[in-house]
Amino acid sequence: MSKQHVSTTVNGDPVEFLADPGMTLLDALRDELDLTGSKEGCGSGDCGACSVILDGRLVCSCLVLAPEAEGRRVETIEGLAHGSRLHPLQQKFLEHAALQCGFCTPGLLMASKALLDVNPDPTETEVRYWLAGNLCRCTGYDKIVRAVMDAAAELRQERV
Amino acid sequence: MSDVLDRADIGHNEGDDHLKIVGTRPVRPDGADKVTGRAAYGADFNMPGQLVGKVLRSPHAHARIVSIDARKARALPGVKAVITGDDFPNLADEFHEGGEAASNLRDMAMNVIARDKALYHGHAVAAVAAISSAIADEALALINVTYEVLPHVIEVEDAMAEGAPLLHRHMFTEGLEARPDKPSNVAKRNRIARGDLDAGFAAADVIVEGRYTTKATHQGYIEPHATVASWAADGQCNVWSSSQGQFMVRTYCAKVLGKEISDIRVTPAEIGGGFGGKTVVYLEPLALALSRESGHPVKMVMSREEVFRATGPTSGAVMHVKLGAKTDGTLTAADVELKYQAGAFPGSPVGAGSMTALACYDIPAFRITGYDVVTNTPKVAAYRAPGAPISAFAVESAMDDLALKLGIDPIALREKNAVRNGTKASYGPTYQNIGYLETLQAIKDTEHYRTPLGPNQGRGMAVGFWFNVGGESTAAVNINEDGTAVVVTGNPDIGGSRASMAMMAAETLGIAVEKVRPMVADTASIGFSMLTGGSRTTFATGMAVVQSAEKVIAELKRRAALIWDVAADHVIWKDGAAYCLDPAKADEKPLTLEAIAGQSARTGGPITGQTSLNAQGAGPGFAAHLCDVEIDPETGHVTVLRYTASQDVGRAIHPAYVEGQIQGGVAQGVGWALNEEYIFDRDGHMENAGFLDYRVPVASDLPMIDAILVEVPNPRHPFGAKGVGEVPIVPPLAAVANAIRQATGVRMADLPLSPPKIRAVLDAKGA
Repeated sequence: MSKQHVSTTVNGDPVEFLADPGMTLLDALRDELDLTGSKEGCGSGDCGACSVILDGRLVCSCLVLAPEAEGRRVETIEGLAHGSRLHPLQQKFLEHAALQCGFCTPGLLMASKALLDVNPDPTETEVRYWLAGNLCRCTGYDKIVRAVMDAAAELRQERV
Repeated sequence: MSDVLDRADIGHNEGDDHLKIVGTRPVRPDGADKVTGRAAYGADFNMPGQLVGKVLRSPHAHARIVSIDARKARALPGVKAVITGDDFPNLADEFHEGGEAASNLRDMAMNVIARDKALYHGHAVAAVAAISSAIADEALALINVTYEVLPHVIEVEDAMAEGAPLLHRHMFTEGLEARPDKPSNVAKRNRIARGDLDAGFAAADVIVEGRYTTKATHQGYIEPHATVASWAADGQCNVWSSSQGQFMVRTYCAKVLGKEISDIRVTPAEIGGGFGGKTVVYLEPLALALSRESGHPVKMVMSREEVFRATGPTSGAVMHVKLGAKTDGTLTAADVELKYQAGAFPGSPVGAGSMTALACYDIPAFRITGYDVVTNTPKVAAYRAPGAPISAFAVESAMDDLALKLGIDPIALREKNAVRNGTKASYGPTYQNIGYLETLQAIKDTEHYRTPLGPNQGRGMAVGFWFNVGGESTAAVNINEDGTAVVVTGNPDIGGSRASMAMMAAETLGIAVEKVRPMVADTASIGFSMLTGGSRTTFATGMAVVQSAEKVIAELKRRAALIWDVAADHVIWKDGAAYCLDPAKADEKPLTLEAIAGQSARTGGPITGQTSLNAQGAGPGFAAHLCDVEIDPETGHVTVLRYTASQDVGRAIHPAYVEGQIQGGVAQGVGWALNEEYIFDRDGHMENAGFLDYRVPVASDLPMIDAILVEVPNPRHPFGAKGVGEVPIVPPLAAVANAIRQATGVRMADLPLSPPKIRAVLDAKGA
């Protein structure tokens, strides 16, 4: 099976790689592009640890084939901060102690960003349902939900 | 330098007024790496030239391995090694105390890879290493294993029954009055008893009795097991892996492979959750053996399905509880019987389940009988307060029924029978400095407790106990030449412990927490530490950190005395600086840590302190939980509306991470109560080996979880800390079930209380 050449944009940068037709976007990010921030918790789209934003839409990168990324825009956890300045979501996750082991954190941050991109003022219920595809086994979600609500408030302030 | 025991007189327990850092909520030192994707977990590490290792697993729940023909697999281009049980030494029985529960090394070795029998569906039978994942998969398919399929047994009472298929022909039940003449799946019977049970029940005005069952549940860490291992030509081994203890991995790999410990160096990766499930090895010895055979480093990562089928879980159980009480609520007798699934090898947590079952109660007569029963299911691993949530579910459900029968408030009933300081615990020792009554009071003081309920709603409460442990730890505090410090420990940081280590060191030294950098070192870079488990790290390793910091302070004072040319006892340490008390040198300004560190080369060289200890005196943890639920009568779905958890935490070093432990434990307990279970088909195959069908709680399943930190300090720890991570999972199973009982009016005793079961109860009521 010959490999396919894929040209795509990851975190604003043009990248190219060769992929088996069956390779997932997650494996391409991790193994071909050395972007190991996206995690594999299940490989079946059930845990959300591999969440990335593809053309503005939240996806599980383990359910996207790498060749499908051709010509599209991929946002991963590695692109969330601006240089060494953390995104408000990252900052609020730290301030609220919204992570323990941290393994689900990249996926939760990307899912939260995708939420705030479309809904800058979510209710607690909206946050909980939006993040329902991202499993966290450590925190019980309490501090995660608070961090996302707080980051949303801060982002709204920045926009004013 | 080794202190055999901890000291009780460290002298920091002067009250909160003196504490500047302990009790605050700084950003964790490893936080930035974890929110930017830089933190490297087990699967994030790679070595040049590494191969991909994969495991061939038994397709049968119980089968004799007649032969394994791997010739075709070995001949496949790109395959570099194939191993089977024959590539490992046969070990004798040997027990090893790891920090959570003792493990039999022989059983662990046979669990890592089957020898003559596969004992559960998913048991490792062979492993391959190849140049790619695809070739490794192809090689697995080419291995021809001839099995003789044997009858299997999954449920605990089926395994105890006469004529049940036997897993181990050499196993005779231990703990009976007479040695049995026939082998059995019951590995052990344990018993704890006190007082005259018959007289106790005879004295009772009221008796409640019930049979309770729980299903096997998995720890459900989101990070699958992963390792990279390298066996060099000279026999020196390096292992990188995600585990709860790099020293545990080293010991077990050495034993399973028959190597000397000094030949193996283990570097801990960041760990993506463990909850007890990463206190044993699965992949590491296989990866090392594959590396030995192939001459290449080997990387192995489990799939989620493998995690479910071949690691963890905790026991399913069948329990019987009988309680006797006076009309005023005073307990007179308790009889508890616990039958726990151990999985393929002995070692269920029924011992701890027995010891904790009645640990919250002062009862004149009781008997607790536990059975450790092997079944054709994955060997159980520790899961957060191993065994305690299971027995607490039974006892706390029975206590709820007793409160109802007596017409006594459930909290009042527990207060009436509560253990206090000076009470001899059901499991032996005498309680000191416990905060159990305070946790009950904290629940009574909540607004939650007084809020009226609506239709289809119910409120339940339950209590829980966990021992917490201390044990062996090593820590070093190294002062840098600019006055900053590095704290080195040997305990993987599973939930924020680096933050608490840095805070305790900073508090002791009197410097800002940002000036302390905590590190988790590999096995060659710090002395031995037992694994992160048993809620021991902040207590025991924290104690080693504080004692190391105190050694540093003693040295800093000695250096200051040299600089000032005064006697050492004329120097005191306060707020991060040495002060001169010598009246002849009254003009000397204080010397800060930075100032002393800057001239350390001229006063004797680097300033460091290291402590190895075996910490005793861990304070036990008590928790009281209150839960409101609402039942959807149409679907049987249970919504947890509100949850309050109070816990005696000794003293919270970093309160946000203590709250996080409580909230996380509650969430796992709610999942156990409502949804989570191993479901087996008739062939003994787990039917729901994925997160879609094994449903752990998601964000929309839970409310905010109010954590109340009750602080009754533990005088055996420098700052009063008690272990906090485990007890929060003990009460939720019964708290949820008791709330459902109130909402439905029916006692449901078989977890999980999933919608079909609730519907059946509602239908029966309607009919």
